[in-house]
Amino acid sequence: MKEDISRRDFIRIASEGAALAGATALAGACAPKETAAELARKEEDPSAGKMEMRTNTGNGDKVSLLGYGCMRFPMKKDDSGKDIPDQEVINRLVDFALLNGVNYYDTAPVYMQGLSEEATGEALSRHPRNEYFIATKLSNFSNYSREASMKLYNDSFRYLRTDYIDYYLLHSLGRGGLLNFNARFIDNGMMDFLQGEREKGKVRQLGLSFHGNQNEFDQLLALHDKYHWDFVQIQMNYWDWQHADGERNVNADYLYEQLDRREIPIVVMEPLLGGRLASPAASVANRLKERDPQASMASWAFRFTGSYPRILTILSGMVYMEHLQDNLKTFQGFKPLSEEELEYLSKDIADIMANYPTVECTSCKYCMPCPFGIDIPGIFSHYNKCINEGTFPQDKEQENYARLRKAYLTSYGRAVPADRQADHCIGCGECLSKCPQSIPIPSQLQHIDRYVEKLKRGTLHKGV
Amino acid sequence: MLKKIRSILAVFCFIAITLLFLDFTGTIQGWLGWLAKIQLLPAILAANFITVAVLLVLTLVFGRIYCSVICPLGVFQDGVFAVSRSRRSKKMKQAYSKEMKWLRYPLFVLMVIALVAGLGSLVALLAPYSAWGRIVQSILAPVWQFGNNLLAGIAEKHESYAFASREIWLKSLPTLIVAAVTLVAVSILAWKNGRTYCNTICPVGTFLSFFSRFAMFRPVIDRSKCRSCHACERKCKASCIDIENKKIDYSRCVDCFDCLESCRFGALEYRYAWNKGKAGDGATADEGPAAGAGRTAGAVQAKGAGKDTGEGPDSVAGKTTGAGTDSGRRAFLLGSAIALGGSALGGSAISASAQDKETDDKKRDGGLAEILPKTAPSRTLPLTPFGSESVKEFYDRCTACQLCVTVCPNNVLRPSSDFAHLMQPQMFYAKGYCRPECVRCSEVCPAGAILPITPEEKTSLKIGTARVDLDLCVVNSKSVSCGNCARHCPVGAITMVRSNPEDPDSLMIPSVIEEKCIGCGACEHLCPARPLSAITVDGVEIHHRI
Repeated sequence: MKEDISRRDFIRIASEGAALAGATALAGACAPKETAAELARKEEDPSAGKMEMRTNTGNGDKVSLLGYGCMRFPMKKDDSGKDIPDQEVINRLVDFALLNGVNYYDTAPVYMQGLSEEATGEALSRHPRNEYFIATKLSNFSNYSREASMKLYNDSFRYLRTDYIDYYLLHSLGRGGLLNFNARFIDNGMMDFLQGEREKGKVRQLGLSFHGNQNEFDQLLALHDKYHWDFVQIQMNYWDWQHADGERNVNADYLYEQLDRREIPIVVMEPLLGGRLASPAASVANRLKERDPQASMASWAFRFTGSYPRILTILSGMVYMEHLQDNLKTFQGFKPLSEEELEYLSKDIADIMANYPTVECTSCKYCMPCPFGIDIPGIFSHYNKCINEGTFPQDKEQENYARLRKAYLTSYGRAVPADRQADHCIGCGECLSKCPQSIPIPSQLQHIDRYVEKLKRGTLHKGV
Repeated sequence: MLKKIRSILAVFCFIAITLLFLDFTGTIQGWLGWLAKIQLLPAILAANFITVAVLLVLTLVFGRIYCSVICPLGVFQDGVFAVSRSRRSKKMKQAYSKEMKWLRYPLFVLMVIALVAGLGSLVALLAPYSAWGRIVQSILAPVWQFGNNLLAGIAEKHESYAFASREIWLKSLPTLIVAAVTLVAVSILAWKNGRTYCNTICPVGTFLSFFSRFAMFRPVIDRSKCRSCHACERKCKASCIDIENKKIDYSRCVDCFDCLESCRFGALEYRYAWNKGKAGDGATADEGPAAGAGRTAGAVQAKGAGKDTGEGPDSVAGKTTGAGTDSGRRAFLLGSAIALGGSALGGSAISASAQDKETDDKKRDGGLAEILPKTAPSRTLPLTPFGSESVKEFYDRCTACQLCVTVCPNNVLRPSSDFAHLMQPQMFYAKGYCRPECVRCSEVCPAGAILPITPEEKTSLKIGTARVDLDLCVVNSKSVSCGNCARHCPVGAITMVRSNPEDPDSLMIPSVIEEKCIGCGACEHLCPARPLSAITVDGVEIHHRI
């Protein structure tokens, strides 16, 4: 893809120069406040402004270190109140991302209530096919039959308006171990089929995305000799590096080391833990801001992950133009962290974060829709936000208790309608198997419900 | 001067009472709740003898000040009348009209009978304070809440928690219609003739007139100064000044003092009137003796009234003029028809969307499952709030003023649409349940229909008993484990038992320990079965401690 690169270079140059005006037009009100002086500064520094590219050691693909996660594209309500992709905005995001060198787009049949592939295909098909890589997945979660799996596979081509897929993943392997793998891909012959597709070039690279514990990971990796995983997608960030609980998931440093040793390219998901690393607790934010007042919280997390050379691309679900712009600042002229900084994040900062009992939800919405209408990610993200912001009432006797209580209950009502709050969770357990983070969702919801109940009744006492 | 004082006090009381029915946070009720408790009919129903006695003495001394200052509906009519008067041509000014005895007294008697017979909602229809409460709560409160929600929207943008959004919903269509009809009828009467409602229909006005006609202080015409210019008569909103005969009908005078300022010759004076004819070169012939006998007569009346209230809840209220009641009833019929039609439509819409969903089996991430709104179940006995002692006691005393509906933070109380208890509040658990820490309705009730209780007392009072319909329970209908009712019962009155005692692994189903259940509705509200909950609370006749 050599000539692509030169073309990309051309695009990049355009984007740096005249196109900033264009960017302003594209981005509307969200355009970066970059000045001529800043541009000049970039020109002085040869590395500045260039998207960091990584090479796929398997086939030589030049992939941008920033990949676009198409799971969190913006949605809007249609006339009947249904959520639909905000295609106009999505197109603008994709145009701007491509223009700035982002060339890896990761989607799946189930994302965005099943509408992500179509929206991604629509946005990307407006550009030459050889300018970007498409990644999508076989999300046969509930129906393992060959027909259902084949339908998902074929639909992906149709929705994405393409006749080949660059990176194809067996979606969310790990939990349930080999049993789950066999049921989803061996017994129905899908694995054989996909290997054939790889040979034909319909699927250029075949890999898997992983959520699970060490044992489950080892089992899957042992299959490398047999199936040859072209790449593996894992969850990796400075929290997961060494703070996994060990039972439900595994430290990312272990995953990285194992893959690195086998020279398998790594795609990273959840580099920000569903945004939690972008808005960490105030005590964490202050420390990081002290080190570099100009750097965003997200940039620390990205630089951590990107500092490891085996990483092919880091997926970020950028909802708004400002996310994209902030990320571009990090990835254009990418600066890896020093050894000391890597350790500071994964040890010191992560240790501080461990003091905040947040729920490990990344708002991926795999659990949704809850059959009883509970807004699971909404409840968790509100709870986490209050914990991280320190607006979390802890004791009836504490200073400001009345104010915090009101703030908590009011913001809870704003975040989640009454009928969808935690007290309506009946604990049926339908969500349990769907959560890639293996969060014990019903018991966490009941924990939050009991907490809210204490707040309402005015019986909140520390340690009770 | 007197008029000015009266106006200021009236405006204060009016605004304050109106705010009582608007402020859903319960703040204003804490400071000014007493204004509801000094309303005559609620005070009588609450057997609040001291208040009743004070009000009667007040009337006996100063006349019907109550009607011009304390009564919100009265002040409202003054406002309407003031606007109307300012736009009138000379020809249309007020003139003396005769007392409509044939309507006024029979209506009053009817109301007393209705009260004693326990036809509370009939009484509530005409009682001025409740009528005003209903108008504000049904018509003005939604506007107020809309404003609050706008502010809440702004606050949300600024991460402020000063305002929380409130759901605006139609609590009872019949009540809204009755309130609207009342508002229109009273407004028209006031626009045309001032205090017609107060002096013909209002049972409280009639009751107070028995005392005001013997009042110690009243406006008196000085015959020697009066030039019969009719200026006062044209001003009088009660149409009770008869200048031809130089007489004032004190049974209808509401002491607004408008006439005093209208007289250019100083012939009208508000003064002590018990010293017989002396004062009254002005006092009319038939008035002199009345004033003389005033003290004794008044005392007798007061005693009589005390006895009445002692004997039982009697309130005044009543039938509007024929037209009023008719339109109320018609409104009710119309209301039920619309409600029925609406629910039928809603039902079909729901089943249609449920079908849509079933045909769509593709696995998708995100989105929210639709939640069917809960419908109110039928109960063997209605649920009345904690503190109301018994269903009968509650309905006998309640004047349907809607103050409790206003302050209920959990959307549990709403006006009933049953014909027998029309507009009187009823509990329902579709939008919330009666939370254990909340006793707000018991704090504000002016009529003693809900007596004050503490949250501690609340959890040991029984107002109802839950019953489980196992066919509707999701454990059976969907074969999932649940237990949400048991988990949320504040008194532990629900126990989960094995659905099949033989099989230790069978799913657990809820079972109510009737003796422990207090009837708060946590189970009914949080039950996942929709639209009808699988667990329903029935009222109990007499509330008691457990």
